[in-house]
Amino acid sequence: MLIDTKEEARRQSEICNACRYCEGYCSVFPSLHSNREFSDGDIIQLANLCHNCRGCYYACQYTAPHEFDLNLPAALAEVRQDSWEAFAYPRFVATHFQKNGMAIALATSLCFAALFVLTQWLGRGNGEGFYAFMSHDLMVVIFAPAFVLPLASLIVSLRRYWLAVDGTRIELSHLHDALRAAANMHNLAGGHGEGCNFEDEDRFTQARRVAHQLVLYGFLLCFASTSSGTILHYAFDLSAPYGLFSLPKLLGVPGGLMLTWGAVWLFRLKLKADPNLGSMAARNGEFGFIALLGFVAASGIVLYIVGQTAWMPLALATHLGAVLAFFLLTPYTKMVHGIYRFAALVRDAQRKTDSNSP
Amino acid sequence: MKIIRASESYDIVVIGGGNAALCSAITAAEAGATVLILEAAPKAYRGGNSRHTRNFRCMHSEPLGPLIESYSEDEYFNDLMKVTNGETDQGLARMVIRQSEECMPWMERHGVRFQPSLSGTLSLARTNAFFLGGGKALINAYYRTAENLGVDVKYDASVTHLEVDDGEVLYLDYIQREQSFRLSPKAVVVASGGFQADTDWLARAWGPAAKNFLIRGTPYNRGVVLDDLLRQGLEQVGDPTQCHAVAIDGRSPKYDGGIVTRLDCVPFSIVVNKDAERFYDEGEDVWPKRYAIWGRLIAAQPEQIGYAIIDAESLELFMPSVFPPIKADTIEDLAIKMDLPAQKLRATVDKFNASCGDTSGFRPTELDGVSTSGLKPPKTNWARPIIEAPFYGYSLRTGVTFTYLGLKVDENAQCSVGNRPVSNLWAAGETMAGSILGQGYLAGFGMTIGTVFGRIAGKEAAKYAN
Repeated sequence: MLIDTKEEARRQSEICNACRYCEGYCSVFPSLHSNREFSDGDIIQLANLCHNCRGCYYACQYTAPHEFDLNLPAALAEVRQDSWEAFAYPRFVATHFQKNGMAIALATSLCFAALFVLTQWLGRGNGEGFYAFMSHDLMVVIFAPAFVLPLASLIVSLRRYWLAVDGTRIELSHLHDALRAAANMHNLAGGHGEGCNFEDEDRFTQARRVAHQLVLYGFLLCFASTSSGTILHYAFDLSAPYGLFSLPKLLGVPGGLMLTWGAVWLFRLKLKADPNLGSMAARNGEFGFIALLGFVAASGIVLYIVGQTAWMPLALATHLGAVLAFFLLTPYTKMVHGIYRFAALVRDAQRKTDSNSP
Repeated sequence: MKIIRASESYDIVVIGGGNAALCSAITAAEAGATVLILEAAPKAYRGGNSRHTRNFRCMHSEPLGPLIESYSEDEYFNDLMKVTNGETDQGLARMVIRQSEECMPWMERHGVRFQPSLSGTLSLARTNAFFLGGGKALINAYYRTAENLGVDVKYDASVTHLEVDDGEVLYLDYIQREQSFRLSPKAVVVASGGFQADTDWLARAWGPAAKNFLIRGTPYNRGVVLDDLLRQGLEQVGDPTQCHAVAIDGRSPKYDGGIVTRLDCVPFSIVVNKDAERFYDEGEDVWPKRYAIWGRLIAAQPEQIGYAIIDAESLELFMPSVFPPIKADTIEDLAIKMDLPAQKLRATVDKFNASCGDTSGFRPTELDGVSTSGLKPPKTNWARPIIEAPFYGYSLRTGVTFTYLGLKVDENAQCSVGNRPVSNLWAAGETMAGSILGQGYLAGFGMTIGTVFGRIAGKEAAKYAN
């Protein structure tokens, strides 16, 4: 399977390399055109650099029914998907979740159940607010490993990726370039800044780019909110609940709203997009992941709204269950794309530096 | 077949679905006309040869969009005269050149996006503006613009006949899904290309060798409308026996291979025919100036095929092509793999190698004067012996780009019969380009003719229809 998808991507890349009309769309093509032959590592790097904007597909003179049958976004999506499974640690977990929305839902339900049991019967603390239903210490006992273990897994994966694509020593300028490209989703801008072809064939729109950044920045705000809460708790001995004008709320409420909105938008866009230009195998898992992400955010907002009511324990269990599932599944779901995509951008920055120096 | 009189009525019918057709349709629709495009290809193949194009040659007095420095009317005109050997209608040519400058902003307003010169084409950065994504992206943008303006488009709609009587088009017939329809628009624009995809016609014009030619562009340019109009006595222009042809990879598809079938290895190779004999100076000039004559040279060889042979030293001197070269460790093995007489090829290579002299002056990007001595035919530049294994081979065939025969038009893009204009018939694009380009070709000029004349035809047709 793994060999076939790379072979097909290689066949297509060789045709692209003889054409070069798409050079202006994104980072994939200048990178592709710098090769004459494509090693497995080259193909994996191209696959992870590709943001699936689809500009090259709609501009291509060689798509089916032409006998060259080019569909580079799909070919790279399949390689990308395979590479995430191949680099995952432990590998068999990724095989179960990457392509399977049902498995994601099932795992999430188990997390709900676990948290529900804990909040109802086992974990009662004597704190106030949330901590009345689950002590802060118990939360730490559950969530610290749920954060650290996936992180360790991701570090293993990242290292495997870096070796596969012949990454070199990372310099500050590489990180700077990659951060800039990620910050404005340069690769979904279509080269002319008018966005990508996702929802309506060859029409360029900013929808996917904006929706993605709502999710990205929303997620970062939520993450910052949690981090600020941790700092307040340990460093300043200020524990939750926090008021509306506290740092965790000021970061978390807009973050949660952006994340929810972005996830719903991405879900709808994906329904409109032509599935044949992405990884057909992973489509189900991708929908499952977006749903989970949106649910994490939405349940957080619901928890904030019903925090003072009798619904709070249920909402707390639901939200914490979703968060737990999200963290645990990070290395094995679409969430992992962020890690690889960023690594690919760093690697591409290295390539550009290398090709500019004599 | 029963002909159905179509219930819709349009001011203007545009025949064809490429660049010139869309420029006409957009211009006419913006002038208030109701417009129908009849495109013979299915939607996936819409756009004729425009879908294979990549740039637009543009005059400019100062940096314009992606174009650097300036490109004056006279320089542009001289470039054109050089490639056409003077076979050019000077008045029309200068008009096209002058109008090219205002076309670029017009193109951008109608959705076309440009990009910096592609890698490997830096020599064109001053003269040619490259479409972001290439010609199909341009076509997509124009279809969007046209549809937003209310232009209707029918795909798989082949026009079979225009009834021209007493200097006027009375009606036209087209076939769609095996059903024949008749329309009587007020005006018609013909923008349906040349006839190169009809290889029977090509064989009648050129000789039976044409059956072995490959067609680089769309299989839908079969010249049906052109033939129909010429039979009714419309003024024609351009040598009916000639086509623009280049040497391309012999393994390319029969139709629609487009840009990727281009092979740039000839200057660094020796080229032999089926009998493993050389027949022309491979190093006569830089490739962009010679690829067109190699189409003809190959066409004159037995079975219309040639074989370029290089060694490992030269493999990376040219752009990669779509098919990997045939590779072997010895010249004899390469010959066997390419179905050439092995001993003969060995002898040809040996003789060539023996005639190579001092190669220290070898410069792949310029005429380096590194030449053979005492060899016939000589190789006058880049003559390095072929000795470094592995050896590589590409087969070469003649690839037809377009034909020159077309409808003669005046500066208003209007067609004529006898010495009288046809009151409601205009032509644009490849189908009338012979009015300007008598022979040869200048990169990006086809799109310039199509855009300039497309806009003129659209404007004039709308003026008439209103």
